[in-house]
Amino acid sequence: MNRIISPKNAQKIMKGVFWASGIVTIIILLIIIGYILIKGLPVINLEFLLENPIDSGKSGGIAPMIVSTLIITFIAVFVATPIGVGAAVFIEEYTKENILVKLIRLGSETLASIPSIVFGLFGLAFFVIYLHMGWSLFSGGIVLAFMALPTILQVSEVSIIAVPRSYAEGSLALGGSKWQTIYRVILPAAVPGITTGVILGMARAMSEAAAILFVVGSALAMPLSIFDPGRPLPLHLYVLATEGISLDNAYGTAAVLVLLILIITVVTNTVVERYSKKMMGR
Amino acid sequence: MDYRIEVEDLNVYFDEAHILKDISINIKKNRVTSLIGPSGCGKSTFIRTLNRMNDLIDSFKMTGTILLDGGDIYDPKVDVVDLRKKVGMVFQKPNPFPKSIFDNVAYGLRIHGIKDKDFIEKRVEDSLKEAALWDEVKEKLDKSAMGLSGGQQQRLCIARTIAVEPEVILMDEPCSALDPISTTKIEDLIHKLKEDFTIIIVTHNMQQATRVSKYTAFFLNGEIVESGLTDKLFIEPEDKRTEDYITGRFG
Repeated sequence: MNRIISPKNAQKIMKGVFWASGIVTIIILLIIIGYILIKGLPVINLEFLLENPIDSGKSGGIAPMIVSTLIITFIAVFVATPIGVGAAVFIEEYTKENILVKLIRLGSETLASIPSIVFGLFGLAFFVIYLHMGWSLFSGGIVLAFMALPTILQVSEVSIIAVPRSYAEGSLALGGSKWQTIYRVILPAAVPGITTGVILGMARAMSEAAAILFVVGSALAMPLSIFDPGRPLPLHLYVLATEGISLDNAYGTAAVLVLLILIITVVTNTVVERYSKKMMGR
Repeated sequence: MDYRIEVEDLNVYFDEAHILKDISINIKKNRVTSLIGPSGCGKSTFIRTLNRMNDLIDSFKMTGTILLDGGDIYDPKVDVVDLRKKVGMVFQKPNPFPKSIFDNVAYGLRIHGIKDKDFIEKRVEDSLKEAALWDEVKEKLDKSAMGLSGGQQQRLCIARTIAVEPEVILMDEPCSALDPISTTKIEDLIHKLKEDFTIIIVTHNMQQATRVSKYTAFFLNGEIVESGLTDKLFIEPEDKRTEDYITGRFG
């Protein structure tokens, strides 16, 4: 026996390594969120949440920014979800591994790796200039939809693959058409997974500043329609910090953004978990 | 015409593999027919040609004819949806949908466009009663079917199948994943169901074949070696290979 480390010790060491990796992940998250909240929470009060900014955000609130963020996020999710889920259904149910599928996957992977500032430049060139739409939350929402699309597609695909084939067989054997099988059996069973994908895509869209920098127009006023310019939270945070307007309010804005994402994620997860439990009878 | 299904010179290929060879067999109305034989002999492939489930496999090719009530089920004019309504299937592993017990049984009715709530409720209840499951689930129809035991799930799948009133029920080793008590329940159920349905059951369990079926066909390497009355096939088989198989010398 000339082993340097016995299997028993190797087991112990590796267990420690994996355990430490898990703990480090939690600590990093806690440090970032904790720092943001410690710096940001004191700034947050009802006035900060409900009022318009004064002096470019030096004082006053961030209500238009919260509304802008909610609008573009909603547009992004509303546009990207049907396309992403639809493409996933197409790949998994309506076609085999062929050139088209490879192209869709390549497209989606490439889309996922494009730097967000490039999305922003495209949004500027295409929506703002070419389509003459001007700066608007709508254009921003569409650009963010493109960014959220690959995540939604990839996670939806995995969720659809994970639905046991026996469900589909049961439906087909009862005389169900392909579409009925997809719509009534496969998609409902894949909903928890698909929702996770939507949430991941949404969080990415919600926290994006660079992609919408040239598209939404950075207006400080409360947007009155989706075609108005606006200034979502990440962009406001960026402007506040880089132009030295108010670092305190930048932390406040960041805290609101983090809390907003946290609330949406937790609420959705709770709903999905309840749905899964009901579905699987646990 | 006594026969529900008439199969003549059926040959099935998956790509180059010749899975079923010159199968000819007639299936009597309102009788139970067992298909026995070692694993990989083509029994499951055979019953899957009867409701055209093999159509889902790209490499599937077949020749020969299969008549259901005198009509060719592989006629291009035949709507597979209608066929599968007439020829129901119960799978090896219970596969209820992750939906409520009620919705599982109502599923077939709903996809066939039935909207009348009273009618659906009545049919769900009747089907669950016929599948000998009603008393166990009547208090929890809105609970998920996934919470039922394996045996209950399989009876639910049978209820789901009979809810659309098929003529034929195909059962692909319906008890192989179940405990003995659940198996007995399913076998009792099969006895009851044959009054209304023609049943074809694939089984690895030869005692089961003798218990539930009037007729038996013995498959080996994609061929039917012998078929006929179950009593005769098990007591005085004509073919040496049948004898070897039922006495446990192979398979």
